[in-house]
Amino acid sequence: MSPMHRDDTVPTHAVSPQMLAGAGRDPARATVIENPKLAIRRLDFYYGGFQALRAINMDIAERQVTAFIGPSGCGKSTLLRTLNRIYDLYPEQRASGEILLDGRNILDRDQDLNALRAKVGMVFQKPTPFPMSVHENIAFGVRLYERLSRTKMDDRVEWALRKAALWDEVKDKLRQGGTRLSGGQQQRLCIARAIAVKPEVLLLDEPASALDPISTLKIEELIAELKSDYTIVLVTHNMQQAARVSDYTAFMYLGNLVEYADTSTLFTNPAQKQTEDYITGRYG
Amino acid sequence: MNTVSARYLRRRVVNWVNLSMSVLGTLFGLFWLVWLLWTLVDRGVRWLGPDLFTQSTPPPLAPGGFANAIVGSILITALGVIVGTPIGILAATWLAEFSRRSRLAAVIRFVNDILLSAPSIVIGVFIYGVVVARFGHFSGWAGGLALAIIMLPVVLRTTEDMLKLVPDQMREAAAALGAPRWRVTVMVVYRAALGGIITGVLLGVARISGETAPLLFTALNNQFWSTDMNRPIANLPVMIFQFAMSPYDNWQHLAWAAALLITLAILALSLFARLVIRSRSFVK
Repeated sequence: MSPMHRDDTVPTHAVSPQMLAGAGRDPARATVIENPKLAIRRLDFYYGGFQALRAINMDIAERQVTAFIGPSGCGKSTLLRTLNRIYDLYPEQRASGEILLDGRNILDRDQDLNALRAKVGMVFQKPTPFPMSVHENIAFGVRLYERLSRTKMDDRVEWALRKAALWDEVKDKLRQGGTRLSGGQQQRLCIARAIAVKPEVLLLDEPASALDPISTLKIEELIAELKSDYTIVLVTHNMQQAARVSDYTAFMYLGNLVEYADTSTLFTNPAQKQTEDYITGRYG
Repeated sequence: MNTVSARYLRRRVVNWVNLSMSVLGTLFGLFWLVWLLWTLVDRGVRWLGPDLFTQSTPPPLAPGGFANAIVGSILITALGVIVGTPIGILAATWLAEFSRRSRLAAVIRFVNDILLSAPSIVIGVFIYGVVVARFGHFSGWAGGLALAIIMLPVVLRTTEDMLKLVPDQMREAAAALGAPRWRVTVMVVYRAALGGIITGVLLGVARISGETAPLLFTALNNQFWSTDMNRPIANLPVMIFQFAMSPYDNWQHLAWAAALLITLAILALSLFARLVIRSRSFVK
């Protein structure tokens, strides 16, 4: 699927009156987060003429895992893609509102995108190793910001690979092509690559959905591990995954943030009928 | 049960018919190629010898070689490649990476396709009018320029196609690390498309190294040893044309030998490039 069209697939479910009833309330108010790392305010998003996000308000807690869940086309990936402004690559996509990162609005016209992306790293659904060696894959990002000596770069590469729980598997293959690793290893390489530039926030766009169960488990363990150092935002269509790894969960539907709460509350005692219907498998 | 086996039989027959036709088609195509190669080897190989590479083209009925034509061809082709390749790659980069959907890009693509299919003699006449007539004499420079114009659309087209094959996720992944656009293009996209780009350049080289018509109007020919690009310069295609049409046995023999040599040289170049790509590529 082309990333431009990821979220404008037409949802197959008609909007029922109960669903709309839930969307009227401002869900951000339900969840108060002290000193949020990211604060999203009245965020609208458009793919050309199609509005994919409607007045999103939410706070994202520092050094916690926040999961976005919802059916295909609900806007969860779109929301994630606003947080590092990766949508800026496509001229027909635009966002309005505010996204405050440590209190600074990153949607400002004069925001330096490269500086933003140094702080907010991203890992995509499909593993995307660059066509270069494992070592080069990681050094690529680091070289954008730092001039390191050979030994320091080697140290950084090892550090990132250890952090991504990949070092033991690839320490003898650093000069081999990154594309020759297995799918799960490639995804951890991408995580290592993102970590190596020392970001503060990590955006994970369905990072395990293309992987087998064992690789998925490794990624989930890794997320739990990384939480102590990074603010992690995770998009997943796997509700069990959200329940397992996240501290906060946002349920989205048709471009609206329907409900946002700490994960145990959202899954055990949802306030909205729509959320309950979704997590009990009645639609989506 | 009966209808199932009847259908199955039908499917097998259809499969057999289609498979046979495609095999026949392949054999038909290969037949001419093999015949051509066989004829070249059969008629040419007996005239190969060290003299070809050490002596210049002889007068009728005298011994000689075509060292001057080999050197002239290399010079003119090199000029064509040196001028045509960078322009082609840069233009393709602009089309594929920076202005994919602009109207100007569509126009350029269309014009390029016309240039791609323009008869090479037209390009020869064009350079004759623009360069040869203006300077008052045939020259190696004019020949090289004509070849550059023939090469340019080949390189442009294949490079653009290859760049477009690089998935957008790769560009997003590099941009998400904070890499500026040019760095994404040069360090990641070019590398991912390297094999294809080299193949395109080689296709261009193969195409221009056998071109005769544009050289008749530009580089002309030279009976003697010369590396002066300001003067008419000997080259294999025009030499083959002149010698093959002559009534002199020794000239005809040299023409066969030159035809065989040019074919082998292109074959060797392609094989070499494939080996280089295979040993350097990290993709697959």
